[in-house]
Amino acid sequence: MYKILHIEQLVPSIHLFKVEAPEVAKKAQAGQFVVVRLDENGERIPLTFADWDAQEGTVTIIFMEVGTTTHRLARMKAGDFITDFVGPLGVPTHVEKFGTVLCVAGGVGVAPIVPIARALKQNGNKVITIMGARSKNLLFWEDRLKSASDQLIVTTDDGSYGRKALVTEPLKELLESGEKIDRVIAIGPSIMMKFCAATSKPFGVKTIVSLNPIMVDGTGMCGCCRVAVGGVTKFACVEGPDFDGHQVDWNLLAARQRTYTAEEKQSLEQWRCHCGEEK
Amino acid sequence: MAKLNLNRMEMPRQNPIERGKNFNEVALGYTREMAKEEASRCIQCAKRPCTEGCPVMVDIPEFIKAVTEDNMPEAVRALKGKNALPGICGRVCPQEVQCEAVCTLGKKGAPVAIGRLERYVADWERENIAPDKRKVEMAPATGKKVAVVGSGPASLTAAADLTKMGHEVVMFEALHVAGGVLMYGIPEFRLPKAVVQGEVEFVKSLGVDIRLNSVVGKLNTVDELLQNGYSAVFLGTGAGLPIFLNCPGENLNGIYSANEFLTRVNLMKAYRFPEYDTPVRIGKRVAVIGGGNVAMDSARCALRLGAEKVYVIYRRSAVELPARHEEVENAQEEGIDFRFLTNPKQFIGDDSNNLAAMECYQMELGEPDASGRRRPVVKEGSEFKIDVDVAIIALGTTPNPLIASTTDGLETTKHGTVVADESTGKTVKAGVWAGGDLVTGAATVISAMGAGKRAAADIDKFLRG
Repeated sequence: MYKILHIEQLVPSIHLFKVEAPEVAKKAQAGQFVVVRLDENGERIPLTFADWDAQEGTVTIIFMEVGTTTHRLARMKAGDFITDFVGPLGVPTHVEKFGTVLCVAGGVGVAPIVPIARALKQNGNKVITIMGARSKNLLFWEDRLKSASDQLIVTTDDGSYGRKALVTEPLKELLESGEKIDRVIAIGPSIMMKFCAATSKPFGVKTIVSLNPIMVDGTGMCGCCRVAVGGVTKFACVEGPDFDGHQVDWNLLAARQRTYTAEEKQSLEQWRCHCGEEK
Repeated sequence: MAKLNLNRMEMPRQNPIERGKNFNEVALGYTREMAKEEASRCIQCAKRPCTEGCPVMVDIPEFIKAVTEDNMPEAVRALKGKNALPGICGRVCPQEVQCEAVCTLGKKGAPVAIGRLERYVADWERENIAPDKRKVEMAPATGKKVAVVGSGPASLTAAADLTKMGHEVVMFEALHVAGGVLMYGIPEFRLPKAVVQGEVEFVKSLGVDIRLNSVVGKLNTVDELLQNGYSAVFLGTGAGLPIFLNCPGENLNGIYSANEFLTRVNLMKAYRFPEYDTPVRIGKRVAVIGGGNVAMDSARCALRLGAEKVYVIYRRSAVELPARHEEVENAQEEGIDFRFLTNPKQFIGDDSNNLAAMECYQMELGEPDASGRRRPVVKEGSEFKIDVDVAIIALGTTPNPLIASTTDGLETTKHGTVVADESTGKTVKAGVWAGGDLVTGAATVISAMGAGKRAAADIDKFLRG
């Protein structure tokens, strides 16, 4: 049982939880994730690390309310317990002195980008970060991203804050600017990562994305998280979640993410019927 | 001398139509009268080949004699002297190729139903004696600590034995429940999870510290365990990496590895969705590719989920089918359609990436291959289509590479198995033993238990200098 020490609602539907998990906190690295199960009836879902503190023995996860599990999670309070919390899983994001790295953080993707940007800076990289959301009220952790980067560009789809643009526009401009860009790391909704990869491809800049297929165990035993990269099937939970964005079969990822749309709807409706009561 | 009864007592079972609709255990168990009658068939022969035929050398005639005398505590003592998990073995051991295959009575008629009697005794104990009330002889504490990685049959057996020998045992399990393949793989209707958890509780009651959600290789490495107070490590992480066909269309929605399918259904209880949150696709027409026990389990689960048609697609013939005969029979009775000498060529999907059909080759048997079985060969031009909306790939599993890839100095084979001495479980790495599917590749629960026993004995010898 893993105690929830602190919760924060960052923006509508996006929540931050600080969880007591000392063993996991000791080993966590940027780009990795945990698998969470709320209780006996719960499913197992992956959530990336937003932060951790080995001294304190805590791990911070940020999640968006999407389906039953995240809706139920959102109604938990500090002092409650999460039944299962497994990690750190996945291969950590590869960080070395690349030179200049562009980080692109879309929506809830800001959470995993913060520790990655920090690690990149610690390794002597110049870090230029683009963060984007649909509108001002959905932006969070701007201050953290700013202090983790050498330069931060903020965009909103509707122009309510920062520059009115999709994240791919400043990305393209930076790649065209003549400044040597050695790597792009893009994390956010699949469609955003797909378009970031498409944007950087003509420039030949290695682009790393963090794939988010459906998972069950997260340790490589079931193959639920199969993605195709360069025509080869890979298990995202053990060979990823980071992959070369130019090689990913984005259509397959999107299609497989829709496998349980009907069941997810049924489950959420059933939960809503109970008005958020605990089962 | 009493007249020899050459016929064994039938095991009461749910009828095939009824049981195809529920996940309750198919075999209902002997009553006391049935057990005593079957036990009295044993002639207590002097040769006792049955004990030799058992991978963990259970004192079979002893526990059977106690059943005839209605001395259940003695039956339990005799049985559990060698076998820590009899409720499991009594249900899933292939007794027909082990103890029962060599039973003296088998020469003239049906062998004694040793497996069914073992189950009877184990169930009696589970129902009548709470885990903490069971008498167990424990050796004095040695002050030595052993790490056991994985919590399946090999590890549970090693942990139980090591703890009884006086050592402090900490078990590390990656999943959120202990039991390994006993929990995620074998279905509820063959091995009720309550039975498995009963055995796990017993192991815990001996003093084993079971740490769930602990992935060795991620949370800590084997070397870190050895550096942080553990004098020995037993690796029992099994063979949990699924093998896929690698044919076109295998990533369509609705195509599962048997591991994923069984984990969703058995471990995550998807058969009770939406009461339990984890879904599984309920196929109308399901194809299971493979012919082993896992394929039978997958097919029978798919049927119970509500499939109208379930195929088992096997590339060789009925003769070569590796599944236990009892399970094949159960599957056939339930109406599962076996298509022999058939192998998938590719899977075909619709516009939304959903599986719609499977194109298969007809096969024929050629010369024997390395396994000694006749090699299946494609009949050119024999392609035909079967409409399916779910496919389950049950071709076998190999060890998850996580342990080997994070442990320096461990020797592995090209199949990903860890090299270990057959009689002691010792690996080439100092302080590290291994057993079960991790070493042999996917095999049986009982052979894993035998390996766990042998390794525990050798670790004990090592720890005592």
